Amino acid sequence: MRKSFSWNELLITGLIKVSGYSAILFVGLILFFLLREGLPTLGEVPLSEVFSKRWYPIEDYFGILPLLGGSLIVTLGATMIAVPIGISTAIFISEIAPRWAREILKPLIELLAGLPSVVLGFLGVLIFTSLLRRALNLPTGLTAFTGSFLLGGIAIPTIVSVAEDALDAVPRSYRDGALALGATKWQTIWRVTLPAARSGVLTAIMLGIGRAIGETMAVMMVTGNAPVLPVRLSMLFSPVRTMTATIAAEMGEVASGSVHFHVLFLIGIILFLISLIVNVIASAVVFRQRKRSERILS
Amino acid sequence: MKRIQSSHSRQLAQRAAFIFLTAIALLTAITILMVVIYIAIKGGSAISWEFLTGLPRNGMRSGGIFPAIVGTLYLTIGTAIFSVPLGICAAIYLSEYASDNRWTRIIRIAIINLAGIPSVVYGLFGLGLFVLFLNFGTSILAGSLTLAIMTLPVIISTAEEALRAVPQSFRVVSISMGGTYWQTIRRIVLPQALPGILTGVILGLERAAGETAPILFTVAAFFLPRLPNSPFDATMALPYHLFVISTQVPGMPVQIQYGTALVLIIFVLGMNSLATVIRSRARARRQW
Amino acid sequence: MIKIHIENFSLFYSDGTESLKNINLDIPANAITVLFGPAGGGKSTLLRVINRLNDLADIKQFSGKVLIDGQNILDPDLDVITLRRRIGIVFARPVVLPFSIRKNLTYGLELAGIRQKQRLEDAMVRSLNQAALWEEVKDRLNDPAVALSGGQQQRLCLARSLVLEPEIILLDEPTSGLDPISTGKVEASLHELKKQYTIVLVPHSIQQAARTADHAAFFLQGELIEFSLGKNIFTNPLDKRTEDYVEGRFG
Repeated sequence: MRKSFSWNELLITGLIKVSGYSAILFVGLILFFLLREGLPTLGEVPLSEVFSKRWYPIEDYFGILPLLGGSLIVTLGATMIAVPIGISTAIFISEIAPRWAREILKPLIELLAGLPSVVLGFLGVLIFTSLLRRALNLPTGLTAFTGSFLLGGIAIPTIVSVAEDALDAVPRSYRDGALALGATKWQTIWRVTLPAARSGVLTAIMLGIGRAIGETMAVMMVTGNAPVLPVRLSMLFSPVRTMTATIAAEMGEVASGSVHFHVLFLIGIILFLISLIVNVIASAVVFRQRKRSERILS
Repeated sequence: MKRIQSSHSRQLAQRAAFIFLTAIALLTAITILMVVIYIAIKGGSAISWEFLTGLPRNGMRSGGIFPAIVGTLYLTIGTAIFSVPLGICAAIYLSEYASDNRWTRIIRIAIINLAGIPSVVYGLFGLGLFVLFLNFGTSILAGSLTLAIMTLPVIISTAEEALRAVPQSFRVVSISMGGTYWQTIRRIVLPQALPGILTGVILGLERAAGETAPILFTVAAFFLPRLPNSPFDATMALPYHLFVISTQVPGMPVQIQYGTALVLIIFVLGMNSLATVIRSRARARRQW
Repeated sequence: MIKIHIENFSLFYSDGTESLKNINLDIPANAITVLFGPAGGGKSTLLRVINRLNDLADIKQFSGKVLIDGQNILDPDLDVITLRRRIGIVFARPVVLPFSIRKNLTYGLELAGIRQKQRLEDAMVRSLNQAALWEEVKDRLNDPAVALSGGQQQRLCLARSLVLEPEIILLDEPTSGLDPISTGKVEASLHELKKQYTIVLVPHSIQQAARTADHAAFFLQGELIEFSLGKNIFTNPLDKRTEDYVEGRFG
């Protein structure tokens, strides 16, 4: 009996194989086109100028430091809001909430995750900016803090779902063991469950940060339009510009092929690399955690 | 020697912690609800048949948002056409064919990467490849392709999970009866995984429908009060429309802004509910 | 007449450990041959070699020959699909496909490209009768197979293995988990079936082995210790190790 040969089966299997590798192709394509349009910057603008403090493209000032600083401060603020709230909510859902509360809370978090960021930006512009302005007596409500606030809200669902998965994955025997030794429920959570889920929670935070760095619309709508390098903490309440907002706001008015055009792509490359690093580290942590728990439990 | 905490103070600490956590969770839940309810209330009055099916007038300040709705619909369909078959095939490869070697790990890293790229960078990519290099111009085609690549990682991960959930014993039985890999996938694995795959597809498309940054430079037009005729036309789209009318147009009636936001939310959340319903119905009818 | 001829067969796992050591065994046609022994003896592995099902698992190396009707099935150019259709297998846990009872049975035929309704019906009725399940399910053939009891599901799996009219039936602890009545029904079916088929059975208890075996092979840690007629090996084993196991001195 010779092996039977089916052209049909071969074709389909081939298509499936190619599809499997397509992800690599797309990453490559994205990187390629970013580099294609972004690298010319290095020939047009001296590197020292790119890393200077003045972003004023109309007069050929292409310093991206204020933009980096803007992204940094907004993301930092967002992290400080989203992490406590997100982790607390995750602990609540996973360890404390009764069944019915969980059934309500989880869909609500999913709802928040599904809300387009432009809707949150819209609310921010209409309501939050004027609220903030009046409350703190600021010249304008379009500030870094406004952006952090919205961004925090956007990052919360990411942190909650990943952290909650991590807490859920802690084996029941850990909790049971602690309780059997006389610990209260809270002591169990704080001293046993949470540390056991440590790397998953860390991953959640990193992914949340990654989400915050990459957000465009909400920050563009509420952080104002000032590419000023934030150096003091009080500047949290003044306008800034993030890297993402810069690309979104200025690309529309830029001549394709111009220096400005190339610099915007260069900023895109930087964003690509940042997200690459953050996400790869986060997932490496997850892989390692899974392997370790497999070893412990087997 | 460390002083052992008294039972009373331990209980107190637990009380405090629980109250704190409950308060935060409650606050979060209420805030989310309020956001949706607020938009519903303020925007509800703007929703009318004319609003949904009419063309905009007076510089977008009155009339309807029909072109934006249609544009978003076209983009969603276009995204589905490009991302769903490719995504499902890739998921089948990872779940049924790929062995655990270095290349597979590279594929997985690539997928994680794609999932994390900021949406505005996708916009740049779409601009560079589809609009300029391939000369599609600002078009539904360019926008759909860009959104499709952005949606791919979501579809691949959820589809792969759905496929892996199908019990391995089914595959073994099929192979032992003389079935090929593909026959087994086509007749057993894929149909059983379909609800899960569908849920993932809908959630992915829901995200694509709500995104603004990738379509900014690839397809979106603001002042285009007529419907697109071909995939090479630019079009209005709901998220972009909301963005512009809330930040760029002076004298825009607040009601219209809320109304547009509400329509967008309904569109997106409608898909969400559809996915949830499919998921729970499938779970109930599962034969394993 | 010898149906399956196993000659100097050894199988190594990918990490080098030997799973089966130099097996020499002749399995006769139209009889029930029982492979028995303590866990880890290699019985299930040998079973899966016969229909090349172990191709699915970690790549192993093997040496030696396994001939079915004189043809070496270990040949890499062999058409495994056709081979597997000639061999039916029943596993330890009943695995019904997530379809109706009818579809569970016609699945194997559909895989082979057979589509005529009448042929499918006839094959289904025949195999359900052979598995002594027909009377119990004839009125609910369109019901989901998962609705059946455990014993019925396993007999459905037996019927499913017969639907392609194979020549050999392999059973790996098919009644482990079934109540005594269902077990009895399965064993009775096997006694009938052996008139037409070659049956290789891994029993889940030594009592089952004694009840069903025409021929029996005792496996211990990958080696074939003894092979003889069923009526002899349990009452009068030749090897001391066989005797110890049969007497229950280890298990």
